[in-house]
Amino acid sequence: MVPLDEHVRSYPVTDPKPATEQGLALQVRGLHRSYDAPVLRGLDLDVCQSDLVAVLGPSGCGKTTLLRTVAGFDHADAGTVALGGSFVDAPRVFVQPEHRKVGIVAQTGALFPHLSVARNIGYGLDRGRASHRRVDELLELVGLGGLGRRMPHELSGGQQQRVAVARALAPRPRLLLLDEPFAALDSTLRSSLRADVRDAIHAEGATAVLVTHDQDEALSMADQVAILQDGQVVQMAPPRQIYEEPVDLNVARSLGEAMVLPGRLTEGRVSTALGWLEVGHRSPAAAPGQPPDVLVLLRPEQLELDVASGVKCKVVSTAYFGHDGLIGLIPAAAGAGGLGLAARIMGPSRVPAVGEHVQVGVRGSVAVYPSA
Amino acid sequence: MPSLAAAGLTLLPLGYLARRATEQGWPVVTDLLGRQRTLELLGRSLLLAATVTLACIVVGVALAWLIVRTDLPFRRTWAVVAALPLAVPSYVAAFSWLAVDPGFEGFWAAAMVLTLCSYPYVYLPVAAALQRIDPALEEVSRSQGLSALGTFVRVQLPQLRFAATSGALLVATYTLSEFGAVSLLRYDTVTRGIYTSYRASFDRTPAAVYGCLLAAVTALIVFAEYRTRGRGRYFGNAPSRRPVVLRLRAWRWLAVALPLTLAALALAVPAMATVYWSAKGSSSAVWDEVITAGWTSLRFALYAGVACAFFAIPLGVLAARHRSWLSGLIEQVTWVVHSLPGLVIALSLVFFGIRLANPIYQQTPMLIIAYVVLFLPLAVGAIRASVAQSSPGLEEAARSLGDSARTAMRRITLPLALPGIGAGTALVMLATVKELPATILLRPTGADTLATQLWTATSVGRFAEAAPYAAAIVLVAAIPTLAISRWSRSTSTLEATQ
Repeated sequence: MVPLDEHVRSYPVTDPKPATEQGLALQVRGLHRSYDAPVLRGLDLDVCQSDLVAVLGPSGCGKTTLLRTVAGFDHADAGTVALGGSFVDAPRVFVQPEHRKVGIVAQTGALFPHLSVARNIGYGLDRGRASHRRVDELLELVGLGGLGRRMPHELSGGQQQRVAVARALAPRPRLLLLDEPFAALDSTLRSSLRADVRDAIHAEGATAVLVTHDQDEALSMADQVAILQDGQVVQMAPPRQIYEEPVDLNVARSLGEAMVLPGRLTEGRVSTALGWLEVGHRSPAAAPGQPPDVLVLLRPEQLELDVASGVKCKVVSTAYFGHDGLIGLIPAAAGAGGLGLAARIMGPSRVPAVGEHVQVGVRGSVAVYPSA
Repeated sequence: MPSLAAAGLTLLPLGYLARRATEQGWPVVTDLLGRQRTLELLGRSLLLAATVTLACIVVGVALAWLIVRTDLPFRRTWAVVAALPLAVPSYVAAFSWLAVDPGFEGFWAAAMVLTLCSYPYVYLPVAAALQRIDPALEEVSRSQGLSALGTFVRVQLPQLRFAATSGALLVATYTLSEFGAVSLLRYDTVTRGIYTSYRASFDRTPAAVYGCLLAAVTALIVFAEYRTRGRGRYFGNAPSRRPVVLRLRAWRWLAVALPLTLAALALAVPAMATVYWSAKGSSSAVWDEVITAGWTSLRFALYAGVACAFFAIPLGVLAARHRSWLSGLIEQVTWVVHSLPGLVIALSLVFFGIRLANPIYQQTPMLIIAYVVLFLPLAVGAIRASVAQSSPGLEEAARSLGDSARTAMRRITLPLALPGIGAGTALVMLATVKELPATILLRPTGADTLATQLWTATSVGRFAEAAPYAAAIVLVAAIPTLAISRWSRSTSTLEATQ
């Protein structure tokens, strides 16, 4: 193997021509990677300084490959990866993982079992007084003050993940990568841990990329959410914007329960089986001048039951979760076909019985997309 | 690099053996192979191997089933006792039976002694497999309408097949390579043929030809077992529940007869013979010699252990972390060589040493090389298992925190593999102390180990003189064997206790 320093020195690390934007903590361009089949196909991703970006996608979409390439455990077939304005993976450039200053938090924590919590956290630090102080500071930050002398197996799963986050943050990495860090934990633990980890990352001013298949996790933790489909980032936007204005219906479905109704556009309004609806977001392909037949995106929380002006629907199923519930509906009017709807109701509201007829209204505006 | 060196080290001498065998032309070889004496020796070797293997399967499976699956009295004690014969080298057992009755010899004597020493190779993996069979499988089978017996035949036996055949393979190859016990019990096999023609005659071609023959037969058996290995992958995860225990009722106390008899024949007889003859013939002069020989044994064992660890650490890491056709091939080669008789390896090193490495011929380094060739896979197996247990994610975490690949290896992988490295070294040391044929052939002139002293004294019938050496060997071997039988799940760790 070529010694690293030599390897890097013989080629310019920062190539002035394909300018990497300053201020970008991570810039990925046209990343390709295949194993038996292509996994990443020309992926682009920009991460700004001090942002927390969630990369959301189903399992097998290439999330982990992306992280491993950025961390330096895998290499790109084509495309470039730049950290803080310098290429770390590009044609004829490959910076070894230990020189990238990229921290990782693995799904299972990957704590060194033979080292105490404090020595795990201090692993990437130079020994000395300063490192002791830094370790204590991080233990406090992740809410584990005083547990530095424990061994990893003496901690709960959630505590182990906290240590893994502290260990990755300790050397002040240029970028922190989190690979589904909460997937192995039970759901009651997850939400508080998510909030604490997000706060710790923000307190450190760190830049982070979180990959997950959990839309709640992505939407609740991130400053920006990137949707990964078929090895490409198809959309990246702040959580609220990406949820309300997804670029297409696939993105919409990946962010939560979505209903799609056929509709007809006229002057900023759309006519559907649920009546005339206000158009909020309009995808470019459904812009004025295009055919008026469109598809309308509705979220279950937009449907309201027992609205006097609503459309009459029949209740076909109910699922009660305590904090909320999901009511399955079909429009009663003939001609609406087998159109299945779902309404999310809040916990304390009335749960209608199956077979009952209710009046259904729509809250807020809707997004429209070209049909087929 | 060390891995290639290790593979070369194991294959080169064998090449020399083959060359030496065919040196005087093929007609000589075919003439030797066609002789009635040759066929007779081969037939006797195969007959002994088949008998011992069959007996070990019957005894080992029955014992494992009784101990794991029934309410046999004192099951826990038997579980440990049943593995202890591994601590008794077969030539020590042969010595003790001869010490009881000097007329104890021939086929049945050899078959009995070897069965008593080798059945744990079947018992241990089968007992482990029985423990790992998910009780839910049996429950499903019973609820589908099968009887207890039908369930055993259709659900349990197929799952035991892999464990039983891998144990039987060990028994078969060890019986074929057996030298000390068959010699002492005067049952002529190929190994004895090799040794006598090596020692007695001026022309060593017959020894080389017999060596090649034995190597070929062993390789054939290993290959056949590999081919018939089932394609099904049994026992995935260890079940959390304890296996269902069959109530023996009135049969309980009759069933105890099996482990009791085995313990009496395999452990009590050697123990009593050794103690009796030690007490009878002991004098401080004898014990001085025992200590000298013990020190020599220990010294060789230490060298062999360290040398094996040196080669095995890179090989084990390579095998666990970077699977490739090359690392797979190297591992296969070392295992096949490991299954070859120690006498054949020693013989090939003799020819190799005379031809190419004259300065170290009959010197300590040559003997250590033989030990490395013979026992390297034991250390590799132990180290590989311990490296494989720590997740590659740990090394990646270390890399992301600023460690180079080499530093991550030093700070993370090796400390975590330390128990495996220690166990591997200990296994090699144990095997070295017990090794007999290669030591006889290759030891430096005048260097006597516990094993060679025991062998020399017993072969001329001086039992009182031999007994203290037997006691010393068993004592040295018993401690690691106890530990191994406690935590051994993988068959690879058993191999050492040859």
